[in-house]
Amino acid sequence: MSIDQSTAAKVAKLARIKVDEDALPALAAEFNTILGFIEQLNEVDVEGVEPMVSVTPMRLKRRADGVTDGNQQAKVLSNAPDAREGFFAVPKVVE
Amino acid sequence: MSDLNTLTLAQARDALRKGETTSVALTEACLAAIEGAGALNAFVHKTPEIALERAHAADVRLQSGDAPKMCGLPIGIKDLFCTKGVPSQAASRILEGFKPEYESTVSQQLADAGAVMLGKLNMDEFAMGSSNETSCYGNAVNPWRRGNDDAALTPGGSSGGSAAAVAADLCLAATGTDTGGSIRQPAAFVGITGIKPTYGRCSRWGIVAFASSLDQAGPMTKDVRDAAIMLEAMCGHDPKDSTSADLAVPDFEAMLTGDIRGKVIGIPREYRMDGMPEEIEALWQQGTEMLRAAGAEIRDISLPHTKYALPTYYVIAPAEASSNLARYDGVRYGHRAKLAQGDGITEMYEKTRAEGFGHEVQRRVMVGTYVLSAGFYDAYYNRARKVRSLIKKDFEDVFAAGVDAILTPATPSAAFGLGEMAEADPVQMYLNDVFTVTVNLAGLPGVSVPAGLDKQGLPLGLQLIGRPWEEGDLLNTAYALEQAAGFVAKPGKWW
Repeated sequence: MSIDQSTAAKVAKLARIKVDEDALPALAAEFNTILGFIEQLNEVDVEGVEPMVSVTPMRLKRRADGVTDGNQQAKVLSNAPDAREGFFAVPKVVE
Repeated sequence: MSDLNTLTLAQARDALRKGETTSVALTEACLAAIEGAGALNAFVHKTPEIALERAHAADVRLQSGDAPKMCGLPIGIKDLFCTKGVPSQAASRILEGFKPEYESTVSQQLADAGAVMLGKLNMDEFAMGSSNETSCYGNAVNPWRRGNDDAALTPGGSSGGSAAAVAADLCLAATGTDTGGSIRQPAAFVGITGIKPTYGRCSRWGIVAFASSLDQAGPMTKDVRDAAIMLEAMCGHDPKDSTSADLAVPDFEAMLTGDIRGKVIGIPREYRMDGMPEEIEALWQQGTEMLRAAGAEIRDISLPHTKYALPTYYVIAPAEASSNLARYDGVRYGHRAKLAQGDGITEMYEKTRAEGFGHEVQRRVMVGTYVLSAGFYDAYYNRARKVRSLIKKDFEDVFAAGVDAILTPATPSAAFGLGEMAEADPVQMYLNDVFTVTVNLAGLPGVSVPAGLDKQGLPLGLQLIGRPWEEGDLLNTAYALEQAAGFVAKPGKWW
């Protein structure tokens, strides 16, 4: 598997990270180094092996479906780069 | 008493209880040591007011005979832990200015146990790194040097600030977190003890998430007894972390008898790596002999999937990171990029994340994005999760065959020079975690114990890996190893 510049650009887009055009070749090369390393996993016989989903075998706890928290609008917004009238403010998302 | 900052937790605790010193005196000694150690760049947010306030309160409690176990003991907190009203940045520009409105469960439990927070400690950005060089604060520096050479060495990573601070006696102990070796590798690089407990022992709530199925908090301390004391305070069930185990937390310190007669110690043949420095191999051999001399049975074992642990990790950890770090979008907290005329929300995300994340974090988020993307999910992510099952089974098989603990080197080398790996490809840096990463993948407890010095006078560590939930037994084996190794060297003060 080899990653070209257009794949690198696509991955950057999916990850929502702006990467300048001239940085793409180096990025693609780094991806290829890392993926080349990961390719070793193809040697392993995983036939019939279940993928690990839980680190320690335990049942997740449940609790009553009740309201346990809330009414903290000011605290929730206190670290926002832009908060107005009790809301997070972002650039316009609809035309 | 002089040099109060050089005491261990146990020594300081006992001195406090005998009335030989006060928490304020201990705290002031540490604050003075921190002020004089700017060159180590270990403490990145200092909280002397909070520290002295808590120290005063601790002294009152000590006098009234109502002192919890860590009452009055000054410690440092890794920047990855959210601490209420105190900057908690995970060493990232993207969390610049972030002051949580809440306290992580682990740091709250330490406060409840009476510990005094001195400030926040340097680390690799989002705990991604093995040398503390990805930090937005600049790298922390190892207090150790090679002989008379004044080249600056890495304290390891990601908990590099914690390691440097404890080794340089800036605090009595510190918290760390460990996703692939981030407690154990830095502990080994600076000659201190560090334990990553079983996955689920410590609540992850309020700790900035890197890879949720691998992350665990743990103590970094001057010796094994201190690790037992501090681990007990950090552990316990937390309803706010669904993976936190609802198990009783034993008195780990009371389990330190040093008696390991009849214990079976496994020596995994796959950990004998090509090109491993002779000194590491020799140290491992010495450690084996020490445990044998202490009455343990030494057994050669095989963990056949060991060589696949690092590639497995470098699929799973970036995949989880890409998902966890999606929350840094410039909307709810931290940095937001300045936008140009006409920029919409997508440009805001893209510019914010490009400016806020450092190079290594960007790379891992993108690798994670790739391995989870349509068409590659099965080939990479699912395959890695299957290999992870096999790695875990390797350990289960040897434990089922009667092995109590496994002895390995902690790191493939002593501390290296800052900047020395700058030209290396990323995979070279990843190899630092070759002995530690299996433990995270299998969710097991692992402890790094300083065991000797190399030819250049740098500390080297050995790692013991234990059965799940048996940190007490593991710490006791570590205690026996510590006693036999008799490691007492300290770095000469140059800073």
